Amino acid sequence: MSTVTHAPLRAWIQGIGLIAPGMPDWPTARAVLAGEQAYVPAPSVLPVPSLLPTAERRRASRVIKLSLGLGLEAVAHAGADASTLATVFSASGADGHNCHALCEQLASDDRQVSPTRFHNSVHNAAAGYWGIATRCMAPCQVIGAFDASLGAGLLDAMAQVVCTNEPVLLVAYDSEYPQPLFAKRDTPDCAGVALLLTPQPSGQSLASIALRTTRAAAATLQDPGLEQLRQKVPALRSLPLLQRLAQRLAGPVVLDYLAPQQIELDVQPC
Amino acid sequence: MYPLLLSAYTLTTCLGQGLDAHRDALKSERSGLKRCDFESVTLDTWIGEVEGLNQVQLPEALARFDCRNNRLVQLGLEADGFAQKVRAASERYGADRVGVFLGTSTAGILQTELAYRQRDPVSGALPEGFDYGGTHNAFSLAAFAREYLGLEGMAMAVSTACSSSAKVFAAAARQIKLGTIDAAVVGGVDTLCLTTLYGFASLQLTSTLPCRPYDPERDGLSIGEGAGFGLLERADNATPGALLVLGVGESSDAHHMSAPHPEGLGARMAMDAALNSAGLGAGDIDYINLHGTATPANDAAEGLAVSTVFGDRVACNSTKGATGHTLGAAGAIEAVICALALTDGRMPGSPGTGSVDPALPLRYQRHSEAAPLRRALSNSFGFGGSNCSLILGVQA
Repeated sequence: MSTVTHAPLRAWIQGIGLIAPGMPDWPTARAVLAGEQAYVPAPSVLPVPSLLPTAERRRASRVIKLSLGLGLEAVAHAGADASTLATVFSASGADGHNCHALCEQLASDDRQVSPTRFHNSVHNAAAGYWGIATRCMAPCQVIGAFDASLGAGLLDAMAQVVCTNEPVLLVAYDSEYPQPLFAKRDTPDCAGVALLLTPQPSGQSLASIALRTTRAAAATLQDPGLEQLRQKVPALRSLPLLQRLAQRLAGPVVLDYLAPQQIELDVQPC
Repeated sequence: MYPLLLSAYTLTTCLGQGLDAHRDALKSERSGLKRCDFESVTLDTWIGEVEGLNQVQLPEALARFDCRNNRLVQLGLEADGFAQKVRAASERYGADRVGVFLGTSTAGILQTELAYRQRDPVSGALPEGFDYGGTHNAFSLAAFAREYLGLEGMAMAVSTACSSSAKVFAAAARQIKLGTIDAAVVGGVDTLCLTTLYGFASLQLTSTLPCRPYDPERDGLSIGEGAGFGLLERADNATPGALLVLGVGESSDAHHMSAPHPEGLGARMAMDAALNSAGLGAGDIDYINLHGTATPANDAAEGLAVSTVFGDRVACNSTKGATGHTLGAAGAIEAVICALALTDGRMPGSPGTGSVDPALPLRYQRHSEAAPLRRALSNSFGFGGSNCSLILGVQA
């Protein structure tokens, strides 16, 4: 086994977006994670994608509302211009409801699927709608790594920040499948996190993070409700990082990635 | 960030398994397309099917990954001794220092389509043996390849529709450059399924004839399946004749989910970015493997973009008349076709293209021809407006 270690990938967090069951935005999540407010489970609330043209807005699925909402909250939090930002979208699956409807129809006698259903079935549908909504022509990477999707997204987004010396918006998100697929993949609800990462600090930076891979065990959360979210929603494997940011605690935190490899982030609040 | 050494590569498509089968087919301008007889599909269209997938057996320990897509992963990895070369790299660098970056559009969704036909009539449940994570999920091919090759490092699937396995080169290059890994398996695998066959038909993007890229009569694509793989390493010790990845350029159309920007603006930005990342000018490129899906709108948009960047000087064509459009695997497959063209000094032909659309002012290469080539560019553009251009070259 190799013992070579690499220099950590460093970036600054400039803005956060969060949507999760019982936590409709980052300010609510921050208060919960800082222990100022109890965690109360509730279905995720997805914002109306008002930035999309009318035709696209009508067709927007839950996963598109979710990812647009996450990205726009992080961009607004940072006071950034979405139309210029390179993006990394990371999700364990695409639009579960659309996939179910397609598979159901293809199993029937009438296989004439709707063109919209088909183009919404691509894993990068949310990223495509993001580009249309924000008029952003910058590069957009779309990643999936099943339960390790958050870690994979972080790895690529941080690498982009370091390689290009430009800000990158990471949007990590997951949505549920309806039955019968739900029995095989039990992601409970739509949820995710967006981080606007920058190569240099600014007066508005929330923290610096430095990423290394490790084999140490991932951090867990004390609150059983939050710990369940961390385990059930791949994008919310980020919760231990977000808790550190909410509590403004400096130090390392290990996030789940892909066994035996994990991700360690050294967090330094600004 | 560039160059990177492409120290091994291989491909498997309807033209056959491995490099030699493709060398012969591309030289003789053979097409692997046939009338669609896939599974229970009743569409009047043509497909590129890989032979022998039903006979592929996955190792028993990896049975949870068994589906058409992962069978093609294994068939593709075993071609040209590619898997052995990766295992040798893993010995050299360490199993956690070799990453896996694979592109796909639908992974093993066929397995879910079949499972939906076997739902319990009373409860509606899917069959017990159906494994979503191992087969359907976009990451299944990367997870399977990683375990099959005995790797323990980072892995990810890129899924940006038809640019997926071009964009894996960009993701892998970043990590090698930053030293988080020393080598990367890159590539793409997509297989025939009902979702893409009926889906593209619903958009009226499939042809009832073998596809005819850049032909004035072109009327749609032929869907194919295939696998393309490469092994990327640092290029410090590249010897003359070695294959190099010189640059990658990415952009987004921000225009429409399933139609390209009509003037190919996003495509142009991707090609410019690729040239920029390679430190090259348009005059340095000798051959372009076009995305060339053979739909009226796609070829028109790409043709305009290519002529804006390159004029009509650079020989270019689409090889999709030979392989069909292999969707998420097309980027990797066509990168390997460029590697073959560069090492063999021979441009591929363009079966299916009877004449070239006079509205698209390009130097379109209809026939295979010997030519000294030093640098090739490959275009891949996907739904959602995701664009990627790759530049490969030969070490002088």
